[in-house]
Amino acid sequence: MAANGEQQARQAGVRRTVARTLVVLAGMFVFAFALVPLYDVFCQVTGLNGKTSGRAQALVHADVDTSRTITVQFITRGSAGLPWELEADTRQLRVHPGESREVVFRFRNRGEEASRARAVPSVSPSEASLHLRKITCFCFQEQRLAGGERLEAPLVFQLTPGLPDDIKTVTLVYTLYPVEQALARRYLGFISEGDQA
Amino acid sequence: MASHLPPKPIAQYEETAGGGLAAGAQHAPRGLMRWLLTTNHKEIGTLYLIFSLTMFFIGGIFAMVVRAELFQPGLQLVQPEFFNQMTTMHGLIMVFGAVMPAFVGLANWMVPLQIGAPDMALPRLNNFSFWLLPVAFLMLLSTLVMPGGAPDFGWTFYAPLSTTYAPPSTTFFIFSLHMAGISSILGAINIIATILNLRAPGMRMMDMPLFVWTWLITAFLLIAVMPVLAGVITMMLMDINFGTSFFNAAGGGDPVLFQHLFWFFGHPEVYIMILPAFGIVSVIIPTFARKRLFGYASMVYATASIAILSFLVWAHHMFVVGLPLVAELFFMYTTMLIAVPTGVKVFNWIATLFGGSISFEPPMLFSLAFVVLFTIGGFSGLMLAISPADFQYHDTYFVVAHFHYVLVPGAVFAIMAGVYYWLPKWTGHYPHLRLSQWHFWLSVIGVNLTFFPMHFAGLAGMPRRIPDYALQFADFNMVTSLGAFLFGASQLLFVWVVIKCVRGGEKAPARAWEGAEDLEWSVPSPAPLHTFETPPDFQPQQH
Repeated sequence: MAANGEQQARQAGVRRTVARTLVVLAGMFVFAFALVPLYDVFCQVTGLNGKTSGRAQALVHADVDTSRTITVQFITRGSAGLPWELEADTRQLRVHPGESREVVFRFRNRGEEASRARAVPSVSPSEASLHLRKITCFCFQEQRLAGGERLEAPLVFQLTPGLPDDIKTVTLVYTLYPVEQALARRYLGFISEGDQA
Repeated sequence: MASHLPPKPIAQYEETAGGGLAAGAQHAPRGLMRWLLTTNHKEIGTLYLIFSLTMFFIGGIFAMVVRAELFQPGLQLVQPEFFNQMTTMHGLIMVFGAVMPAFVGLANWMVPLQIGAPDMALPRLNNFSFWLLPVAFLMLLSTLVMPGGAPDFGWTFYAPLSTTYAPPSTTFFIFSLHMAGISSILGAINIIATILNLRAPGMRMMDMPLFVWTWLITAFLLIAVMPVLAGVITMMLMDINFGTSFFNAAGGGDPVLFQHLFWFFGHPEVYIMILPAFGIVSVIIPTFARKRLFGYASMVYATASIAILSFLVWAHHMFVVGLPLVAELFFMYTTMLIAVPTGVKVFNWIATLFGGSISFEPPMLFSLAFVVLFTIGGFSGLMLAISPADFQYHDTYFVVAHFHYVLVPGAVFAIMAGVYYWLPKWTGHYPHLRLSQWHFWLSVIGVNLTFFPMHFAGLAGMPRRIPDYALQFADFNMVTSLGAFLFGASQLLFVWVVIKCVRGGEKAPARAWEGAEDLEWSVPSPAPLHTFETPPDFQPQQH
């Protein structure tokens, strides 16, 4: 009888252990998916991955800090499978923190058919992305261009005076991506204006 | 083998062993169905080990293709696309098909024997978790003949290579990895349940042999990170097939997120592949030094510390993705911190040897080679941990040299040491001494010839995962390839030794090695199908 009781106690122990490990297992699976939004929040707070805000931001009215001059560079990149060109009217600007500037970007669809694309921004060094405010940007929405069509679109931006002192150069990269209808709807940060296309 | 004790009959088992066998044989199906339906931990352990050896050779053949192509500069034998499939499949099969199942197989065989349990806690689940593996890896291998070819994005399957630019067979790859993952998880649950609940009466946690301890900690690591792997590949699956954008920058996702998630799984994974190896070596060295293990408790705490730290170091694989300075420093320091518990372990092994009466049987040869060569791999790991230096080393052959040093003369040598150590218990015969020694020396020379020149090629700037290379790397690569062929061929010797040992050889007594003291040596050799049906009388040793 004693051996039998011990057997039962062991089986109960096994059952308890299995139940606990299953809970941990489920928790870790959920945690893996929870890491995705957590990563986004973490990056937004710290600016770690160089993403800029997807919405227009108000100008910060502050004194222009003329003692510092920052070089702002613009790089544009096309995408495979998309016959578009994107160019900035200037490769680089020298700006003081606090002042707002405008740069014009030229889009051109070199293909024969209408297509839609979006320019996705990235800022380097990533610490600067928290201090780059975009008042107007073509990157807030997708562009739709008929075959051969050209488009000029402005970027109005401001570097806030809070920009860390050790940052002397800020590089803004715009990469063009083709837009698929399904993807566009899903993309939360963007205000899609070309949906009817 | 003059050093073995004479056979020591153990009365309890002389009586019960035959009866146990007969009782098992009465309702056991015969032939193929016996293996398909078995719930016996020893048979399942054997299945795992045979499966792992098969995968070791398949992954090895892929490595031979890679080394044959890299024998000299230029493209000779295979196309770059196929070369990429070979490197990828080699990595995936060796990690998930060879090393992990080998450790699970050893755990199946030895954990119940070492803790005095009659079987694993969940025998039927055990059967299921094994039979998932052949299905998973047949599916993975079948991608080689699919249109578009097998996965070709490296075993780390970084997005967008594995999503936007992946071959159509990627969905099969994901499914097979899911199955292998489920198998590992079920195996881990089983091992935890066995160790925590089925120990012999009187055996406290701190009385367990270190192989059991390291496997318990490994099993917890598996429970913690395999679901993360499952999550990552599920996200990949959704990105590929259902239009989500977890890792797609065009849709607002982030490819760097893939790397964070992957390495959050991937770094604990590399400890999953080495902690049981530590356990095996910690069991073998005291046996052949004829001393108690030095610093038993510190070994346990060091293993646990390594496991905990493994969750805090993942981004050292990503120093060049553009991490902020703070993160570079954090991950550099935490990574270097791992050298402390690892150093404790190496110190303890050496201190165990110190003043011991050492003999050099094959398991001891492999264990000693493990200590030396794993430490070389540890040192190059420390070099890679230095973030500014890593900017040069990243994705070069230096990295390849590093992780092959910790995995081949590390994990694989430990597995072989374990096999040589326990073969007398499994088969009742000693492995052929002369042949085992040949196998050892050829392996040790082959391994160093293969992987040591990779350090130099890497420091000189040779990138990994390329089918062709600049002329200045030609000599290093030729030596490496020759070493790889030698190492590959000498593993055939290993198969011969094992087969020979199963068929016959010098008879082994219950306590096959003079200094061996754990519970598995109290059952006869070969171990009968059913052991410890009544719990053994366990006398705690003073560790």
